[in-house]
This record gives sequence, C-alpha cells and structure tokens, in this order.
Amino acid sequence: MTTPAPIADPIISVRGLTAGYGDVVLLENVGFDVRRGEVFVILGGSGSGKSTLLKHMIGLLPPQSGSVAIDGDDIIAAEGDARRAILRKIGVMYQSGALFGSMTLAENVRLPLEEYTDLTSDEIELIARMKLSLVGLGAFTGHLPAEISGGMQKRAAIARAMALDPMILFLDEPSAGLDPITSAELDALIKRLARNLDVTFVVVTHELPSIFSIADRVIMLDPRKKGIVAEGDPRKLRDESDDPWVRQFFNREAEPVAA
Amino acid sequence: MAAKYGPGTPREQALMAAVAISDATDGRRILALSGRLEATTIRGVWDESRRAIAAAPDQRVVVDAADVDYCDGAGIALLVDLIQQRKAGDVQVANLHPAFETLLQQFDAQALGHDLDPPAPRRPAVEEIGVITAGMGEDLRQQIVFIGETTAALVYALLHPSTIRWKDVWRICERVGADALPIVALISFLLGVILAFQSAIPMRKFGAEIFVADLIGLAMLRELGPLMTAILLAGRSGAAFAAEIGTMTVNQEVDALTTMGLDPVRFLVTPRIIAALLMTPLLTLFADLISLLGGAMTLQSFSIPFVTFVHEVEGIVNFSDFMAGFVKSFVFAILIAGIGCLRGLQTTAGASAVGDAATRAVVSGIILLVVVDGVFAVLYFVLDI
Repeated sequence: MTTPAPIADPIISVRGLTAGYGDVVLLENVGFDVRRGEVFVILGGSGSGKSTLLKHMIGLLPPQSGSVAIDGDDIIAAEGDARRAILRKIGVMYQSGALFGSMTLAENVRLPLEEYTDLTSDEIELIARMKLSLVGLGAFTGHLPAEISGGMQKRAAIARAMALDPMILFLDEPSAGLDPITSAELDALIKRLARNLDVTFVVVTHELPSIFSIADRVIMLDPRKKGIVAEGDPRKLRDESDDPWVRQFFNREAEPVAA
Repeated sequence: MAAKYGPGTPREQALMAAVAISDATDGRRILALSGRLEATTIRGVWDESRRAIAAAPDQRVVVDAADVDYCDGAGIALLVDLIQQRKAGDVQVANLHPAFETLLQQFDAQALGHDLDPPAPRRPAVEEIGVITAGMGEDLRQQIVFIGETTAALVYALLHPSTIRWKDVWRICERVGADALPIVALISFLLGVILAFQSAIPMRKFGAEIFVADLIGLAMLRELGPLMTAILLAGRSGAAFAAEIGTMTVNQEVDALTTMGLDPVRFLVTPRIIAALLMTPLLTLFADLISLLGGAMTLQSFSIPFVTFVHEVEGIVNFSDFMAGFVKSFVFAILIAGIGCLRGLQTTAGASAVGDAATRAVVSGIILLVVVDGVFAVLYFVLDI
C-alpha cells in the first residue's frame, strides 16, 4: 500500500483512517493530504471505498479510527458550533444531486444562505441567481428539480454547494449516469470553476475521460489492499506506474479470467 | 429401460428428455441421456439420474450423451450437478456433441462447488431471540434519542419562533388538516350514525332511546372522536411523513442537510410536529361535531327531535369531559408526527425501504395510540375526571 508524502499546509489532511461498515473493513490505515486550490481526484474500481472515503471526509460517517482535518480542524472530533463552522468551509455535490424536490432551484440555493446569513430576501435571491447563472442555469431558477435533466440537476447541486463560497467542493461521481457530451460539459464547468474561483475540488470518480480532463492529482484505491495503491499525476501513472493493476485500470483492461 | 418424462402427445414426447440406466460388464454404471436437455424437460431426468448415481456408490459412472439432441444452460447445469455428485473423475460425461461440450467446458464442476458462498449458518433459537431482543432494544434506544432531539428542537423553536420554517408548516398544515376534512367527516358521521342505530334499537325496548344522545355525546367527545381522528391521521399523515422523509433519506437529501450543517430534526421534524399539533385538535373538534350530527340525524328516525338531542348532550357532557378528549388529541398529534418522522429518518437503502418505513410508521403509530389511550383511561379514572 502507498502512503503519499505529507504536504506543507494542506487544506485536507487524512491520517490513519480505517473505515467500513459493521465488521467489514473497506479502508485500512489510509493517509494523504490535499493541496490548496488543486483538483484532487479519488479514483478506484467499484467497491474500492471511494464514496465511503468521501463520506468520512465530510463527516457523514464516523471512522473506526483515524482523523480528517479540514483546514486544520478535525471534523470527526468536532461537535456543535465547531462542527458547523467546519461544515461551512465545505460544499458537497452528491451523486444523485440530492436537490430538495419540493423546492425550486433558486430555493435550493437560497436555503444555506437563509440559514447562515442575515441578508435580506432580495439579496439572497440575487446571490442564488448568480450562483445558478455561474453553472449555466440562470434561466431555470424557478424550475423544480424534477423538471430539469440529470446533468442540469448536477449543475444545480454544484450551485447549491457553492452558495456559501466554501473553501472545498466535494463532488461524488459527477459524471455518473450522464451521456458523454453532458459529462464533458460538466468537466469543463469544473475546470472553469477551479480556474476562476479560489476553491479546492475533491472529486470521486472512475470515469477515465473526466480524470484526465480535470485532475491535477489523484489517489487510487484498491479494494484488495484496502487502501491507496498509487498517487500523483494521472498521465504519469498511466504511462509509468510499476503497478500492473494501476496500468490495467488506466488502460481499461479486463481482469484476466481463467479459461 | 428408458423413462420418458412429462405428459403430451407422441410428437411432444419426441421433444422430451430421457435417461436409460444400465450397468456395463466392466462394472461401470451407464446413464444414457437422450432427447432435449432443457429447463422444461429435465426435471424428472435430473432426479432419476441422481438416484441412479446414489444407488451405486462403489461404481464409476459414465453419462453417455450420444443421443442428446439439444442442450441449453439448464441441461449443462444437470451435467455439472451429476459430475459434482462424486469426487473428481468418478463421473464422466461422454459423447456429448462438440457444441455442447464447449458449453460444458466453461464450467469447472469441482471449483464451482468451492466458489459458491457457504450457506448462512442457522442461528440457534436462543441466539435468534437474543438478536431480535437486541434489535428491539436498539429501536427503543433510537426512539429515546429521537424524543430527546425532538424535544430540544421544539423547545428551541418555541424560544426562537423566527427559526421555524413557517412556509413548510403552513404547507404541511394544509395537507394534514384541510385535505383530511372529507375523510374525517365521512368516518365520524358514519360512526355517529352506526353508534346511534346500534344502541337505539335495544334501548327502545326499555323506552330509553333518549339516553342514546348521552351515550354518543360522552363516547365521541371523551374517547372515539380523538382516537378515530388520530388513527385516521396515523394512516394518512404518519405514513406520508415517513414516505416523504424516507425518500429524502434515500435520495441523500438528508445527508445534504447534514453536510450543510443544518439539523434534519429541526428542518424536517419540527415543522411536521407543529403542523400536527395545530391540526389534530381542530380535526378532533370537527370529528366530534360531525359524529354528533350523525347521531342526531339518526335519532330523528326514533322520534327524538334535534333540539331534544342537543339539550340531552348539553346536560350530560360537561367541560371536563370535553377537555379529557381534547387534551388527548395534542398528545396523539405528537405521537403520529413523531413516529412518522422517526421511521422516515430510519429508512435504509433499497427499493422497498420507503414502503417499509411507511408501514412501520402506521403500525407503530396505531399501537402507540392505543397504548397511550389506555394510559389516559387509567389516569382519568385515578384522577376521577
């Protein structure tokens, strides 16, 4: 198992994380850092623990052991207001979008602003419209999530995640279930936001085109080793990795099956 | 002798599978399969072949497939199963058509047995009872935690009314209250009519029809009005709360709230409990009035005028009787909304999870209502209310 070298002043620092469900351990003693401002991709095959790792990084699940520090503060140990303060630094786009179905897109984006700020309703409306226009949905602010396509729902979910201008945006499988063109549009949006906003992106995906398009750095999870097997620039890993499984993954080769 | 399996005409018989069992001079048992080995034809052949192998434990077995005309996946499964009956090499398949042989070679009969997950061990009865008890204990613990969280959220909401999402409250009030009026009206009217009829007929024999008004007044206001309204709401709104929040849980909307730092209890549970607290007593009053109306209309046919009915009810039902029922409706409201929301938040993954949550909300809601109603009955008796 690979343990990436520590980074000075990381925005996220994961140390000794062991996680799983019940008696099943998916990740064992995982540790890595995320640099400020980079697009960091967590990749691996199905069942490798990518989404589980993400859920631990955003504090949704308690790990069996280990710590996750967001901008220096441990999200796992924090409670109450301290936890809320850490959560304000992050935004999350879930795989399904997880937009509130009974609210319009604008109301979805307004929600965190209404809860965390004392801005007037008009001011909040303006910010919500701006966030939605940033993801190309300025003309759909009054639509319900069910009235727009899957790709648009994911963009709206990014807009909601950005409502409070977080330091880190977590995206869980942004390309899942989208056609190649919509997926490429979403990748372009992520690149544009990463370039223009001072935001660190942590993206969970196994879509190779997306990885090569958006990632500055990746870590790769292997379910057999219950941890990280590779770390670095995805192009270099594809071309130069010593690990046959890593090369196999990047070259989309099937596991050899006994005849 | 070859045994043909399955009913049918001679033409259909030609499409059947058959097995002929014999013993060769060298001591091997021969199972000669013939016909079409497919899912619809091999049932009898399968049993017969297994029995033949089991009956000759010391003989090597050859499955002769020379006369097999057709073999699909089920037929291959039959051959694999026959090979698996003995250790490797003791059962051999011979003369299988090359096309079917290729299919059979896709499977390693011996490895297939090892690759399968072992069947889950059956737990002893005592352990099973322990697991179920632990599950009930965990459910009770979650309910206690939930009661604590909900109470804290309600107290906070009362102290900070501006934090309540009133828009949600009014929307839910409409669904819980206004939308439930027709069904509450129908059931309570019929309840009043049925109660009046069922009691007036025997009481007429004693010339005591007038006391039916007393019975309906007391029974509806103290007991049946609040309880029937609450049971209707448990089936209607409790299930709706569980399904709505359950769907939000499955769609990760509850996770989204959590990672925004927003408390799902304050966001999802508080508005529903407040709406239920506002609407259930009103619906109970409405049910009381409609059921009295039903009773009064029925008694018209027993020559008891409306005015007499009202006068009789006024005489027997006092304020404490009314309050005894009315107070219960507030407690029932909290139970219905609380259990509905809790079951919604407990929803797990999977297609049936939301349905299960709604079902559990209704079942636990009704059980709790009846139990708490019983507690109230004892309490009122002790307090002489």
